[in-house]
Amino acid sequence: MTATAEPAKVRGETILAVDQLVKHFPISQGVLFKKTIGQVKAVDGVSFELRRGETLGVVGESGCGKSTLARLLMRLETPTAGRVTLEGRDLLRATGADLRRLRRNMQMVMQDPYTSLNPRMTVGDIIGEPFEIHPEVAPKRSRRQRVQELLDVVGLNPEHLNRYPHQFSGGQRQRIGIARALALRPEIIVCDEPVSALDVSIQAQVINLLEQLQDELGLSYIFIAHDLSVVRHISDRVAVMYLGRIVEIGTEEQIYQRATHPYTQALLSAVPVPDPEARDRRTIIRLTGDVPSPAEPPSGCHFRTRCWKAEEVCATQDPLAVPRAADPHPSACHFAEVRTEV
Amino acid sequence: MTQNAVRPTPASPTPPGGHLLEVRDLHVEFRTREGVARVINGVTYHLDAGETLAVLGESGSGKSVTAQAIMGILDTPPAYVRAGQILYQGRDLLTRPEEERRQIRGAEIAMIFQDALSALNPVFSVGWQIGESLRERAGMSRADARKRSVELMDLVRIPAAAKRLGDYPHQFSGGMRQRVMIAMALALDPKVLIADEPTTALDVTVQAQIMDLLADLRRDLGMALVLITHDLGVVAGVADRIAVMYAGRIVEHADVHALYRAPAHPYTKGLLESIPRLDVRGQALSSIRGLPPNLMAIPSGCPFHPRCPYVQQVCVDEVPHDLVLGDGRTSACHFAQEVHDDRDG
Amino acid sequence: MSDFETVAATENQAARRGVSGEPGTPGRAGRPDRARSLAGDAWRDLRRNPVFWISLLLVVLVAAMAVAPGLFAANDPRDCVLSRQHAGPSGGAIFGYDFQGCDTFARAVYGARASLLVGALSALITGVIALVVGMLAGYFGGWVDAVLSRVIDIVLGIPLLLAAIVLLKRVSTSGDTVRLFAVILVLALLGWTTAARVVRSSVITAREQDYVAAARMLGAGNGRIMWRHILPNALAPAIVVLTIALGSFIAAEATLSFLGIGLKAPTISWGIDIDAGRVHMRESATPLIVPSTFLALTVLAFIMLGDAIRDAFDPKLR
Repeated sequence: MTATAEPAKVRGETILAVDQLVKHFPISQGVLFKKTIGQVKAVDGVSFELRRGETLGVVGESGCGKSTLARLLMRLETPTAGRVTLEGRDLLRATGADLRRLRRNMQMVMQDPYTSLNPRMTVGDIIGEPFEIHPEVAPKRSRRQRVQELLDVVGLNPEHLNRYPHQFSGGQRQRIGIARALALRPEIIVCDEPVSALDVSIQAQVINLLEQLQDELGLSYIFIAHDLSVVRHISDRVAVMYLGRIVEIGTEEQIYQRATHPYTQALLSAVPVPDPEARDRRTIIRLTGDVPSPAEPPSGCHFRTRCWKAEEVCATQDPLAVPRAADPHPSACHFAEVRTEV
Repeated sequence: MTQNAVRPTPASPTPPGGHLLEVRDLHVEFRTREGVARVINGVTYHLDAGETLAVLGESGSGKSVTAQAIMGILDTPPAYVRAGQILYQGRDLLTRPEEERRQIRGAEIAMIFQDALSALNPVFSVGWQIGESLRERAGMSRADARKRSVELMDLVRIPAAAKRLGDYPHQFSGGMRQRVMIAMALALDPKVLIADEPTTALDVTVQAQIMDLLADLRRDLGMALVLITHDLGVVAGVADRIAVMYAGRIVEHADVHALYRAPAHPYTKGLLESIPRLDVRGQALSSIRGLPPNLMAIPSGCPFHPRCPYVQQVCVDEVPHDLVLGDGRTSACHFAQEVHDDRDG
Repeated sequence: MSDFETVAATENQAARRGVSGEPGTPGRAGRPDRARSLAGDAWRDLRRNPVFWISLLLVVLVAAMAVAPGLFAANDPRDCVLSRQHAGPSGGAIFGYDFQGCDTFARAVYGARASLLVGALSALITGVIALVVGMLAGYFGGWVDAVLSRVIDIVLGIPLLLAAIVLLKRVSTSGDTVRLFAVILVLALLGWTTAARVVRSSVITAREQDYVAAARMLGAGNGRIMWRHILPNALAPAIVVLTIALGSFIAAEATLSFLGIGLKAPTISWGIDIDAGRVHMRESATPLIVPSTFLALTVLAFIMLGDAIRDAFDPKLR
């Protein structure tokens, strides 16, 4: 990047590109002399693009690798392979000052509002820490005011900056986490299950806040959650993950109305809808068994062991996530088709 | 302090034989160093054989504490039952000696919990744990208990039950562990099963399996099921009746269809409007303002009034009584009828 | 990107975003106009804690005895006359005389210096070693942890007395001061392992917390994470272990002295006196009870002080 004016920020242009990202955790034995006896394939070749101003939802069940994906994007884990480009710059190979500068562009809101805030720091110190790490963002004199502005932006009382996290409720703590993530004025915020630890009546407050901030600040979100209803509500596009891979990705409408991957269809059908009349209208696809261990995923299509459509080819040939005849969005299934009954 | 215990429950006249399980005007408080938390403030509900009652509420609403009071597993201190009755087949459990309660616990009323991993002992095989009550309580021999354990594991649809008898809890997946816990709860053939957030820790596809299992078991074994949950979606699929709890009270009690069609309490209404729905596109989420109450300082009058869009002066001054709206549904709101009729507000 | 300030300046933000009102737990109204720190808050808390003042008073008292024993005891502890063996209280010797005919009280007062030096300095050195080793092992993990943990195991496996005999033999003919510091060093070098293990495990717990990940995502370096985020949250158990260790160091000094490899007369210490008193306990118990009580009160004072400080640094307990 040159020192001249920043490039124009065009809504809809690609801001983050993830290409064949892989993370394998070695399973090792022994205390002093470690021996690798296997690999947990937590993220196994994930590619997607995030566009400026949009929300990309990432859904999947526990163990599908969605949280590892978030940690990889935040450089909390070192990927085994792959490439991540943030506004044209290589995120994974950046080190030192370069990495620190890139971090300003991408921040994360974490799931658990009880463990994500240091209990021995005041709220002011927590939200002010980004400025201490990046002193160039805000001169020392103005920091206190900036922290108070941030508290105000997330709907907390700016006078409360001397309180400790435990003096706040779960929803308010999540707001503190959001304020900390906003401090460096990032363009991308990765939200890792930001509302799943909150009470139902508080979830909506936080979701609405996130949506408002997006409108006002032009943020792009990667919204990771297991709750498909929440993801539908907030997302423009949705990626469905299963055993470390994206099995289907498309617009909110493509995924929720015209899903072509059997796993997406099963997942959607299993979501309990808060409407007793609907239970007669909907047929639940009952998957048998549990998710296989990511240390030993099935050959070919990872989903085939639980799939009712599985045939010989599914065990031998890896289905690629490419647009299918049934609907023109990428779906990793040999037998992709839109489900007719709802 | 029990003067309102005589208040009848107008919505549910006791049938001739009496209800299977009935909680009447239960009050429970937690005495802590910081003060007294009024956790349950006059909860009344009943359960008949073979039906499913859902108790819906957020954390701190008192839904789990009520169940623990029924089971007699409240820790005293800090928890004290201040008033009320818990009638099982007409007997008030709260006045019975501990020995008799122990007999009822497990054999008549059993309970399963949210976290199956911590509810199971990691150092015993699941077969041993399922068989434990059969040996200790039903006096079965080891061989018989083993045989019955396999039957129970089959009943909860654990594949290859006979082979997995010797496995330890950590060798099972989350869904399978929840099944093991259900098998343990069913060992003594209870008439009432209390399920406290049984699927909260599970993935949606597994959650659907467990809810199916519970519904089938209830039907096949003729059990009564109390389903404690915070998830409006889960409830809609299985419950017959719903009791919505807020600040230690039941604020609305209705048939599941009636409640979802037209909630008659502003809290229920707010909850339904604040959850995003999978089958509805582009809806705006209207959140309930404010925070759940501090149980050490519950607001005067209606405890929901600081968060309520329908609030009037009367709500601040007077505790609303249960208003009967017909078809056996009640709502503890001064403006229940208005809320009920207000379809799009 | 000035839109940020615009947003922040928008009026009535709070109402629009549905401010969640007061925190669920009523917090003490803070003074909003002064930035506060954890240490500052801890001090405000300590000032109101009677346990803190009582224990501090005791510690200061013992420290004063160590610095200026003459202010507390009228008699010379080395003025021993065998004819006064086990004599009752008289002339300033409020607890009478011991086997050697020395003033029991004066000896206990004069013993504070050596005992306190041994206890406090050993605990201090132990604390520094334990924090550094525990922090490095716990924070970096991997081979650093493997190596340091093995070192801990090895040191833990060394029998205290045997090692002390070997190490202290070299200084057995040296002067009092050299021997005193040799004892301190030996106790610290052999005694830091338990504390290091405690620090290591609490560092590992703290390292896995989300707030550490959050700091890392903000770009915080290892130093900042260890200092700001891990240390304050890992310190509490270490303080408890160290205050208890302080007492046991004073007691261990007694054992070494008893074996003739620690401090020696003419140095006066509680350890030496407790051992001497133990031998002649049947004839008179006071020469044992007096230094033992001094020792017990000192240890208790340090433990209470440690407890109070630990609690003050935990905002959740306020």
